[in-house]
Amino acid sequence: MAALALSDEILMAVEKPARYIGNEVNMVIKDPDSVSVRFCMCFPDVYEIGMSHLGIQILYDLINKREDAYCERVYSPWPDLDRIMREQGIPLFSLETQTPVREFDFLGITLQYEMCYTNVLQVLELSGIPIWSGERSLEDPIVIGGGPCSYNPEPIAAFFDVFYIGEGETRYAELFEVYQKAKKEGLSREELLFHISQIPGMYVPSLYVASYLPDGRLASFTPVREGVPERIRKEIVIDFDKVPYPEKPLVPHIHVTQDRVTLEIMRGCIRGCRFCQAGMIYRPTRQKNVNMMKEYARKMLSGTGHEEITLSSLSSSDYGCLKELITFMMDELGKEHINISLPSLRIDAFSLDVMSRVQDVRKSSLTFAPEAGTQRMRDVINKGLTEEIILNGAMQAFRGGWNKVKFYFMLGLPTETLEDAEGIPKLCETVASAYYTIPKEERAGKVAITASASFFVPKPFTPFQWAPMLEPEIYRERARHVKDTFRKQLHGKSMKFNYHETDVSALEGVFARGDRRLSAVIYDAYKSGCMFDAWTEYFDNGKWLAAFEKNGLSMSFYTTRERSTDELLPWDFIDIGVTKRFLAAEWERAKQAVVTPNCREACSGCGAAIFGGGVCFERRPSEKNGGDGK
Amino acid sequence: MKVRIKYQKAGSFKLIGHLDTMRYYQKAVRRAGLDIAYSQGFSPHQLMTFAAPLALGVTSEGEYFDAEFHSLPCREEFLRRINAQMVEGMEVKDIVLLGEHAKNSMSIVAASDYLITLKDRGIPGLEDRREKLLAAAGTLLEKDTIEVMKKTKHKEGVENIRDGIYKLYRQEQMIYMLLATGSAYNLKPELVVEALCGEAGCAYDVHDYQVHRLETYMRNEEGSLVSLLESGTRLP
Repeated sequence: MAALALSDEILMAVEKPARYIGNEVNMVIKDPDSVSVRFCMCFPDVYEIGMSHLGIQILYDLINKREDAYCERVYSPWPDLDRIMREQGIPLFSLETQTPVREFDFLGITLQYEMCYTNVLQVLELSGIPIWSGERSLEDPIVIGGGPCSYNPEPIAAFFDVFYIGEGETRYAELFEVYQKAKKEGLSREELLFHISQIPGMYVPSLYVASYLPDGRLASFTPVREGVPERIRKEIVIDFDKVPYPEKPLVPHIHVTQDRVTLEIMRGCIRGCRFCQAGMIYRPTRQKNVNMMKEYARKMLSGTGHEEITLSSLSSSDYGCLKELITFMMDELGKEHINISLPSLRIDAFSLDVMSRVQDVRKSSLTFAPEAGTQRMRDVINKGLTEEIILNGAMQAFRGGWNKVKFYFMLGLPTETLEDAEGIPKLCETVASAYYTIPKEERAGKVAITASASFFVPKPFTPFQWAPMLEPEIYRERARHVKDTFRKQLHGKSMKFNYHETDVSALEGVFARGDRRLSAVIYDAYKSGCMFDAWTEYFDNGKWLAAFEKNGLSMSFYTTRERSTDELLPWDFIDIGVTKRFLAAEWERAKQAVVTPNCREACSGCGAAIFGGGVCFERRPSEKNGGDGK
Repeated sequence: MKVRIKYQKAGSFKLIGHLDTMRYYQKAVRRAGLDIAYSQGFSPHQLMTFAAPLALGVTSEGEYFDAEFHSLPCREEFLRRINAQMVEGMEVKDIVLLGEHAKNSMSIVAASDYLITLKDRGIPGLEDRREKLLAAAGTLLEKDTIEVMKKTKHKEGVENIRDGIYKLYRQEQMIYMLLATGSAYNLKPELVVEALCGEAGCAYDVHDYQVHRLETYMRNEEGSLVSLLESGTRLP
């Protein structure tokens, strides 16, 4: 076994030393000298969060299936170890072979949320890799980003050599081939990056230049060299039967956020909620074969020893074979003492029956995500849930013995009025009073409703990408008003209302739709001590405000400004299949509160059919042939 | 069928705590496809009890847990299957069959023995300190009382640990000690090392020592200390 990079003294002094020693069950062991590509995969947050991430498990498995490559892992050292490493000059290392990260050929960083950006800088700096990509040499790894945030990579463009736009299963083989060839031929880093830019899905930010109008808007965004593609189309998997899924995912020794087998049953979502980025960037919806899912469930359980299994997708209720799969899980896996942890399902007779069989009804709660309080507002966001559906579902559940309900809402949605905001407590009150229409002897005590609201953040590649975000102060006032309104309801005492903090959301809003100039802000914030911004105890808004001021940039330019649909957006060079024209039409329909049918009801011609698969080509009952995807 | 299982916990596993070690074995037993029994109730769990928790940082070749199975393969096959699921540092050494009414290992633990090594952390004067400590290991037990400061959650005070030390001597360049362990009286090896430092006149730093547990013992009918495996019979 590789000698540990940290001494016993350090490991015994830090919280949870198991974060840094690797040696987990199913960890891949290879001789690093036997491979020509060493890849270090990073989740820029603490181990327990990173180890719960499915994407890394998929890529770890995929890359390690190659004989010529070895994929290892690294996570952000927690601030206690971060301090020691800086004091003692210990370079950041991989878990598997405890090798300094700088010695790798690639450092792959998954970008799951904007608030991890300073942690990216921490990882680079602790590794001894220059933070600015332009300062790196052949001695440094190629730093490659991926994940949802790479759909607008511009705020962190200066820190990355490459972004992989789209799903990771498709292009690593080509990337490695190009790299191996370049290494053999002794190409310069610059030439290597140019060659990488020729692979579909690869965005090399240094090969593009942005210019700005006097008012700060983007004026142009163009390649600096001939042959560099003007637009990058996202990569997606069309045939899931042909890509591997990990049969033996890593099993950490310490308790992590998701300590179970996660079966991904579907990618993409047919619903088209207008606030939801995942719903657009993962189009078209693709379902995995149910028999393959059953087989994977068994293999993954016996390969990990986990005692719990769950399903992953954006909207599991839309999975065509959900009943079959869940019935299989309960009947077959239940016998082997496997707990079934259900994803959030549409509340109906089937899901209630399943829930009552897999969990203690008295302890569990129902979850609804109406996202908005009034029907008008729900039409604006294209959330199909109606009050009637919610009430029916809740009543069925109440009769089945449930008395706890959770609601998720957003505040600050486009066109939202005070009436829409007040609709949140009103909807909850309607559900609470419906509970008491059930005869006393048939109910399970008092009803308990928990509603929580988050601050809406407009995201790229959604119909709301042009929408203004609310001023934080107005959001705060509105949230307080909603809380007051909750108290005034008849069943106010049975209802709890929580709302999310504003400062983090505002910053998230900046980075979600930001441009290249923000790299300097992120750098300065990091240098002034910002790290682990996703953790309330470490988030320091004051430092961020100072970094914006220092760089002469205003947050409101990025957040509260309404963009016109002909504005050049920083992420326009990325082609997700879904067209800007479709998104603009959806933005118009939103303003008129017109609902758009989901992909199975009718094709709206979003553009995702260009990938030639998924729901766009599913047979609809009303048609003889598949959808034409127009 | 009740069994007692002996295992080794070495290498980086010394940094994995007791609860995580238990979870590790629960998952390993599942991966090995062994026919373990579960408790009744709404959330059934595997019938598994661990003997004496090991402090973080300590390695061991004498750890135990008891478990109940519906059926068992032969001894060789059991060891082969469970060890095929181990990662570096963990290894199952032995399994014995317990009687229907055997007391669980946790309740019968009476003692364990340890080897203490002075680590070379590059601090000058290592040889000198080692000699002093090894000498102290030969003389400490001549005293009637051995007092150390003992801190618990609730109180802090001087404690006489003499009665908890059954054996203490030099073994080549290491120190051997046999100490009281279990629910009746539990003496941590670190406290004895601290007392040795006091005797030898050198400062105590927990990071200077590697503690390694050799074996966990119970008392047999005659009252002498024997391995926890002694309560069982060999699996065919």
